[in-house]
Amino acid sequence: MSLIIDQLSCSLGKRRVLHDLAGMEARPGEITALIGPNGAGKSTLLRAIAGITMASGHMTLDGLSLETQSLGQRTRKLYYLPQDTSTQAALSVFEAVLLARRTQVVEPNRHALAAVAQALQSLELDPLAERELAALSGGQRQRVAIAQAIVRRPRLLMLDEPTSALDLHHQLQVLDYLHRLARQDDVIVVIAIHDLNLAARFADHLWVVKEGRHIVSGRPGDVLTPQRLREIYAIEADVEWPPGSSPRITPRSATRRLGS
Amino acid sequence: MKATTFSPSSANSTTTVARYHARQRRQRWLIAATALATLMSLLLDIATGPGAYALSDVTKALLAPSEVSRVLQVVVWDIRLPVALMAIVVGASLAIAGAQMQTLLNNPLADPFTLGISSAASFGAALAIVLGFGVLPVAGTLLLTGNAFVLAMLASLMIWGLSRLRGVSVQTMVLMGIAIMFFFNALLGMLQYVASAESLQQLVFWSLGSLSKASWGKVGLAGLALVVTIPVFVRARWRLTALRLGDVQAQAMGIDVGRLRLRMLLCCALLSATAVAFVGTIGFVGLVGPHIARLLVGEDQRAFLPMSALTGALILSLTSILSKTLIPGILLPIGILTALIGLPFFVSLILSSRKEIWR
Repeated sequence: MSLIIDQLSCSLGKRRVLHDLAGMEARPGEITALIGPNGAGKSTLLRAIAGITMASGHMTLDGLSLETQSLGQRTRKLYYLPQDTSTQAALSVFEAVLLARRTQVVEPNRHALAAVAQALQSLELDPLAERELAALSGGQRQRVAIAQAIVRRPRLLMLDEPTSALDLHHQLQVLDYLHRLARQDDVIVVIAIHDLNLAARFADHLWVVKEGRHIVSGRPGDVLTPQRLREIYAIEADVEWPPGSSPRITPRSATRRLGS
Repeated sequence: MKATTFSPSSANSTTTVARYHARQRRQRWLIAATALATLMSLLLDIATGPGAYALSDVTKALLAPSEVSRVLQVVVWDIRLPVALMAIVVGASLAIAGAQMQTLLNNPLADPFTLGISSAASFGAALAIVLGFGVLPVAGTLLLTGNAFVLAMLASLMIWGLSRLRGVSVQTMVLMGIAIMFFFNALLGMLQYVASAESLQQLVFWSLGSLSKASWGKVGLAGLALVVTIPVFVRARWRLTALRLGDVQAQAMGIDVGRLRLRMLLCCALLSATAVAFVGTIGFVGLVGPHIARLLVGEDQRAFLPMSALTGALILSLTSILSKTLIPGILLPIGILTALIGLPFFVSLILSSRKEIWR
């Protein structure tokens, strides 16, 4: 039971953004990191899986074909958290998270309120529950967006650069939280991420895309090699895997210089 | 998905929920207080005018008509109540339409006036007044109202039709609304240029907005537009609130944003066209009402929708009183007063938009 992508293509206008992506699998209980350079099609891929961007091809979630399901049907099982979560809506944090729950399930009010309170507390957002979204910092807003995601209890959770607005403390805290969420609740978590050190540390599995094509998938130790990094990012990098500690990827130089 | 990652302390959860309930209670109190203020304003509006009556007499005439004089009965029931109710109904309609247009188009300056719907209605009225031309096979006073309604609906449908085009952004839709406003203003100018002095005077009076032609029939029809559209908005309350988080987030929550925008714009078109057709051009109520509501209760549609309706109704009702009392013995066109009150607000909104109040 997992998310499987097979022959997925997508065009935005006349430009083809994803080219027959195939052989990509994300498993429950694991974090799958989607990596690749700018413009690789990471966000488009996540949006195509979510049904927000039209795509052709075949995808299954727990054996069910996703392409035959409407946006509403898909979002009962999966949730896509976009990179840009900034908003000036005059809504409190509690109202915003309740909204995420209410657009998904019809249930007695007290159940919904309890679920919201739990989600807020698990992300240490309860002191901000009455604060308006517009008054939050970027990092706080991103944590609220994650609370909106988890309150829906999706089977598949896709996050587009979830740590981009977070400080180091909150980056580690959020990724650790997602790691536990995947393990303990058997959720399929897919994260598009630029920070390779964080990807190597927290992901169980990597999907690598470049120019809309699937380059390779596998365990971080197999994928994150100096040769691969040169091929994918056009960089020279040192990759160290000290026993018993987190992997270290140190970029040394770009293989191409601007203006050369 | 199991819930093992959630391991909250129930005491903290209870406190968070209690604080949310307190916020809801505050919103309900504010809505109730505004409703009471609107009711008081309605009574005061009925009591105000040539030959002012005490509030107690007015209340008595409303609750027990048989116990007051025939004159008071006629003044209250046949003359003033339809006008006062029209102010409430039109104010609520314009404010709801404005609130939803601002939500749907993600623009704080969107309302029936700024999107050209009022200009289109004025052109429709001008067709009837200046050329005697009717777009519907009706005669008499209905000719003007029918024209204004059809043209206002046409302008709304033009914005609606545009929104159906693929890839059209909400910003383009707002700009298109402004283009529609200029287009109909130009056509109106042409008709004014060829109009006789008498027609011109009549047209100017209509375009300044007036409640004085209100009748029970018109109040009923304007009220019907509210009765038809409010349940649609109530049913879509969560989806409409989600739109304020942006299209992508709303879609991530499973909302078909395009379809929702089309349906709701159609309801806005019906509300604004009906209101403008009966009372002429009354600007800024659809702009100011929702902004006050937003400041008071936020943008959760469960509170924002009723509060917008009530603030719009209250503003127009108070303006109606002001139009009768500002210069004793003279009934000022209500559209002039709403513009005078609304313009400074409009300018302040433009200035705050520069500070990126709305993205």
